[in-house]
Amino acid sequence: MTTPPRRATPRTAAALAGTLLAASALSGCGVFGSPDLVVYNAQHEQLLDEIIPLFEEESGLDVELRNGKDLEMANQIVEEGEDSPADVFLTENSPAMSIVDNAGLFAELPESATATIPDEYVPAGRTWTGFLARSTVAMYNTDSMTEADMPASILDFADPEWAGRVAFSPTGADFQAIVSAVLELEGEEATAEWLEGLKANGVIVQNNLVVMQSVDSGEVDAGIAYHYYWYRDRQENGTDSDSSALHFFGDQDPGAFLSISGAGILASSEHQDAAEEFITWLTGTEAQQAMAESYALEYPLNPDASLSPEVKPFDELEPPAVDVAGLNGPQVTELMTAAGLL
Amino acid sequence: MPLAYVASYVVVIGPVDLWQLLARPRIAELLRNTITLAVACMAATAALGVALAVAVERTDLPARRLWHGLLVAPLAVPAFVNGYAWVSLDRGIQGFGGAFAVVTLSYYPLVYLPVVAMLRRLDPALEETAFSLGHSRARTFRTVVLPQLRPALLGGALLVGLHLLAEFGALSLLRFPTFTTAIYDQYGSTFNGAAATAMAGVLVLLCLVLLLADLRLRGDRRYARVGRGAARTAVPLALGPWRLPVLATVGAVVVLALGVPAFSLLRWLVAGTSTEFPVAELTAALAATLVLALAGAVVTTLAAIPVVWLAVRHRGWASTVIERSTYVANALPGIVVGLALVVASLRLVPVVYQTAGLLVAAYAILFLPRAVVTVRAGLEQAPVVLDDVSHSLGLGTLATARRVTLPLIAPSLGAGAALVFLAISTELTATLMLSPIGTSTLATEFWSASSELRYGAAAPYALLLVLVSIPATVLLMRTDSPAARTETVPA
Repeated sequence: MTTPPRRATPRTAAALAGTLLAASALSGCGVFGSPDLVVYNAQHEQLLDEIIPLFEEESGLDVELRNGKDLEMANQIVEEGEDSPADVFLTENSPAMSIVDNAGLFAELPESATATIPDEYVPAGRTWTGFLARSTVAMYNTDSMTEADMPASILDFADPEWAGRVAFSPTGADFQAIVSAVLELEGEEATAEWLEGLKANGVIVQNNLVVMQSVDSGEVDAGIAYHYYWYRDRQENGTDSDSSALHFFGDQDPGAFLSISGAGILASSEHQDAAEEFITWLTGTEAQQAMAESYALEYPLNPDASLSPEVKPFDELEPPAVDVAGLNGPQVTELMTAAGLL
Repeated sequence: MPLAYVASYVVVIGPVDLWQLLARPRIAELLRNTITLAVACMAATAALGVALAVAVERTDLPARRLWHGLLVAPLAVPAFVNGYAWVSLDRGIQGFGGAFAVVTLSYYPLVYLPVVAMLRRLDPALEETAFSLGHSRARTFRTVVLPQLRPALLGGALLVGLHLLAEFGALSLLRFPTFTTAIYDQYGSTFNGAAATAMAGVLVLLCLVLLLADLRLRGDRRYARVGRGAARTAVPLALGPWRLPVLATVGAVVVLALGVPAFSLLRWLVAGTSTEFPVAELTAALAATLVLALAGAVVTTLAAIPVVWLAVRHRGWASTVIERSTYVANALPGIVVGLALVVASLRLVPVVYQTAGLLVAAYAILFLPRAVVTVRAGLEQAPVVLDDVSHSLGLGTLATARRVTLPLIAPSLGAGAALVFLAISTELTATLMLSPIGTSTLATEFWSASSELRYGAAAPYALLLVLVSIPATVLLMRTDSPAARTETVPA
């Protein structure tokens, strides 16, 4: 490694030029100008990559996505406050919407943006709207279990008989949303007890996909996740779902909780019109049907759109009644930290 | 600065709450995991590194040069790519055993390289003296060679320990929770919660303990030769009947550390239902990685020059403090620096938040030590007397720097920049936290695909990460400089 000294200077110059170029290109004030809409997206990246181009084509607007996780981004927006670069916030689960909402950072949505969505999926103040839903399920391994072996309630997984037999992913917002529903429906003490039981029994894995894989390979007998992972795998090639089946709790059990993906507009946004246009489009029939037909297989909330018949119909889910605006993220984090899950 | 952040936050939390955050079973569990894994891996990499170095340097093993190349090559495979390669072949290796095996296979070159360099420089006369006094080969090795290898061995093991404390990607994929993965989980749930910061405090303490232990062990012995001695290579040990087993062992390490990841990667490249070849995204991620790494390398190396200059040419307590403090920063995992900069930028200078500049600043904080070590070696070898001559010939300070000193240290500047470049191109945690909107690097794209188990989609990014790491690895192989003391990045 010897550099002839003569070449050091041009190389440094080139590097400096590169730095300047990078700084301008990366700070978003490069050749393309700034985007018309910045979306902080915590929904599945793949889904947005599929539908954003449709919106861009229709509206002629240029949309920039920043991808992250529900609670991370919600807290980030709160931390950013008035200076947030975000115009729109999309989540997988509603507790993250509540965090931003409780900080008073959402603008009220126009009628048009929520017209197609049933009232129970829009908080009273219309500060955000649901746009997709996922149903909590238990998966079970079909070689070692039958539907009859599955418990009546998701709370039963805390019983000692499930020791080492149930997989779940406590670090994800997905599971934390389920905990928030249990908290809302059963109260703090019961929730703390349930978490303690899961900590003792549960096999902790990285995310819901790994929950499915662990169930399918027989490492565990059952797992807690959302419905679409299993259906997606079925649609793709079935390698991770061929030895497993879904158990829907139904019967208004906390385990039949319907988690709502939310969309909201930041009050601090300087692109209110574009943001409103986007949310209105997102809840409209065309986008809802496009999402229903995409790989995602989450339930559209607009009644005029529907999933393919392979997925258990929306009106047969029997979810418990939960106030969408009432799910408490921070308290869940505290309970889970106390239980040693975080 | 990140240290100040953690410290100030700890004060803000208050002792009572802090105690509640730290005195809980989860922390004990993480502490046990982190320490067990660190100690086990440091011991294993030390043993493996020394054994391999002796086999390659001091025996009549066939094709030694080839083996040397193959044994260093795993440096070009970032640990999280290695973890992905193993996990995607068989999920059964998750947990402590898998984490231990993968991390050891990823990091043993950090010990192997400096030990090889040291073995090459030893004066065989010492060993010959021991023989002549009737000592056996084994005893000579134990009493004469091993003590001389101590600084190289300790330095390597320290690096392994620091890397391990900061390792996120591989351990997350292998489902073995340590402080770094737990901090990231907390960050994902609370962004900037007290629990994450309290854990960061523990992690920093662990790193400092490691640094202090290293200083104590190293002691202030002198290892330099008195007099020139003859630079000869030692007589290689004839393996005789041991030849095949040794060959098989070295071969096995190469297969496990290099063959398996290569096989796994190629398999996923070729197969994998989710494999497409999104050329546009790949190109964008590659470009972003190269630009960020280049900018970071330049900034970091430039920042290293004054630090080194003070340390070498103007020795005093102030310069020592400045230099040593950069070493402390070396013990700061990317996740802590990322967390600190997110908060500091939001509170103090919201303008720079989420800009490329801030990310480059994070890289400079993280990797300044690497540059300092390398540049320092270069400057120490540049005789002061040449500066004096230049002054006496009537050149000013600046002109002297430009015409005399800079050309002398240019090679070490290049090496330092290359090292930082390598470290940045595979950095994961700080990049995930600080990257500007719409920017993704090879590491973050790879991470998002592999953590969603889209193994096929992750493969091309993994391959590019390896390719980007190759030049700096080659550079390290060819150098005997202290550059060999600093190496790939903890993801």
